[in-house]
Amino acid sequence: MSPEAFPVAARRALADSQLRRNLARATRTIREKRVRAVAELEDWEELRAAGAALKDRVLRHLDDHLTELEEHVTDAGGTVHWARDAAEANRIVAALVAAHGAPSVVKAKSLTTEETRLNGALEAAGVEVTETDLAELIIQLGGDAPSHVLVPAIHRNRSEVRELFAAHLEEAPDTLTDDPRELAEVARRHLRRRFLDARIGITGANFAVAQTGTIALVESEGNGRMCSTLPELLITVMGIEKVIPAWEDLEVYLQLLPRSSTAERMNPYTTLWTGVTPGDGPSAFHLVLLDNGRTTVLADALGRQALRCIRCSACMNVCPVYERTGGHAYGSVYPGPIGAILAPQLAGLEESRSLPYASTLCGACYDACPVAIDIPTILADLRRRIVERPDASRGERLAMRALAGVFASPRRYEAAQRAGRLGQGPFVHGGAITRLPGALGGWTSSRDLRPLPPQSFREWWRDRSAAR
Amino acid sequence: MRASLFITCVNDTLFPEAGRAAVAVLERLGVEVDFPLEQTCCGQMHFNTGYARETIPLVRRFARAFADSEVVVSPSASCVAMVRHHYRRVAALAGDAALAREVDALAPRVLELSELLVDRLGVEDVGARFPHRVTLHPSCHGLRLLELGERPLRLLRAVHGIDLVELPDATQCCGFGGTFSIKNADTSTAMLADKVRAILDTGAEICTATDSSCLMHIAGALARQRTGVRTMHLAEVLAAGAGPA
Repeated sequence: MSPEAFPVAARRALADSQLRRNLARATRTIREKRVRAVAELEDWEELRAAGAALKDRVLRHLDDHLTELEEHVTDAGGTVHWARDAAEANRIVAALVAAHGAPSVVKAKSLTTEETRLNGALEAAGVEVTETDLAELIIQLGGDAPSHVLVPAIHRNRSEVRELFAAHLEEAPDTLTDDPRELAEVARRHLRRRFLDARIGITGANFAVAQTGTIALVESEGNGRMCSTLPELLITVMGIEKVIPAWEDLEVYLQLLPRSSTAERMNPYTTLWTGVTPGDGPSAFHLVLLDNGRTTVLADALGRQALRCIRCSACMNVCPVYERTGGHAYGSVYPGPIGAILAPQLAGLEESRSLPYASTLCGACYDACPVAIDIPTILADLRRRIVERPDASRGERLAMRALAGVFASPRRYEAAQRAGRLGQGPFVHGGAITRLPGALGGWTSSRDLRPLPPQSFREWWRDRSAAR
Repeated sequence: MRASLFITCVNDTLFPEAGRAAVAVLERLGVEVDFPLEQTCCGQMHFNTGYARETIPLVRRFARAFADSEVVVSPSASCVAMVRHHYRRVAALAGDAALAREVDALAPRVLELSELLVDRLGVEDVGARFPHRVTLHPSCHGLRLLELGERPLRLLRAVHGIDLVELPDATQCCGFGGTFSIKNADTSTAMLADKVRAILDTGAEICTATDSSCLMHIAGALARQRTGVRTMHLAEVLAAGAGPA
């Protein structure tokens, strides 16, 4: 089923005063911090170019890097699974969980399993899933969906969090207030027990080093470290574009990612593991490599830039559209500018055809992107692919073609200018156009329009030239 | 210097005063201005809305109209950005290598007005006098695609009598985005509301910019809300207070 169109969902979000306030405050804070964090590095632009070039090279030889990764993970005692789509990935994970015979799993840092909707699949199989990222826990308790890649519960305030904790967590004392420290303490005690009880951990991956078969997990709360070290069985689900060739490539991304994402020089926890180590950490490791549309994206020479994404969320924080609508309006796991180019490419244009239009093409996202994804150009190209589909809006196509025909001839163009001056009469009131019919009414719902002046520039120019 | 004026369809049809002002400023500085009447529209709206194929004939027309121009100057940052950044893509889409070569040769010669004044003519004080409180909205495509930087501000700072005030959150988009303003009218309006508030907070009488389309959007709300604040194209401010050329 197609999600709700962006303009409809956005309208609802725009009226949510709590959401607007939280978003405006949070995005402004992180925006300003990011600018400072980035300014500290003199070679930021070089790093950015390197980050883009490295990913492009990986994507050109993706098959080689992935088989190298598989080989080295296997050598180190891990098992690699290949999943064509979300359903296959979920089947693989559910089978591994069932074979291990544990009733519950702990999860950390995995946008990719949001994409595959793994939690639903596991819960349907009778497995209890605990999200251990604080914000993800809040989302899970509220039966909610994340609205930001990095700050998934950005749409919630602390008194809402208090209500959720008081209702769902047995560790919550009756005296629980909405003091952030108290709330964090309750979550910490709740999660600590889950970590110690858990026999299975599921994580995502920020990077996978093909050279040695090493997985890198970058995070702030330590829950990723717990999930990847305490359980007996560790399952990591990652998109195939996360592979990088060598350790030295991490040097680039471990500078780009934290500064772009949390505006920190370095994130608090970076966990790296290679297969299994007897007597230390999980005794079994499974890596699920997910395609789910990525190879289709790879086939598009322009759109494949989206696969460079390292999920930092800088584009969201600088996006003036996202700042006002929040993530839910996008109806996609990946919101904001990157979501607007990634979701339609991964799921198909028919699924999210309103998303490429959810941008003014202001370019702030491109400037902020640490791997220089030219989001505005990709958005414009996705719009082209949408209007060229047979099921595109015929009315709009006719109007745009007619207008292009007018511009194709100076004679028709000047005739249209004259016709506009004559035809606008009924719409002009008190020197302004305040109400236009049809689709143009979207303009006059909140804005006046100045009427066409009596003389165009070219008419003035001709008069002037004739007079000289 | 000789320069061909690329007026843009929006200025030609809706804001001819911006074009007349650009001509006045250029001629005052000794530039010989010509105006190829073959020009119509650069195709920005079509391209940005997805009608890239419909843009192909417009790119051809532009390339033909300005083929012989030494320098092309335009009072519209976003239209110049369309030519310099996207024409190559349109030519590639058309599969026309000759057009691609024409576009490559022409694009670097197409300049936004403040680029021509500051970079080519080396002028900042154009002899304007404008004793009013003014704030500048640096339109997105001028800021990020053309990287105009301080050029418009440097020109404004040199205007005699001007009270130039900084716009808070200046680099935030006004929410126009061409057809975005209609397709996503609610979000567009929410962005515009914040832009208008920022303008009003400066106490400026006038908001200026390098792009008439952004100004059309901003002026639409300033007028609807009866704020008493108006918009003027940068060229109009630069043309103010001096006699006709």
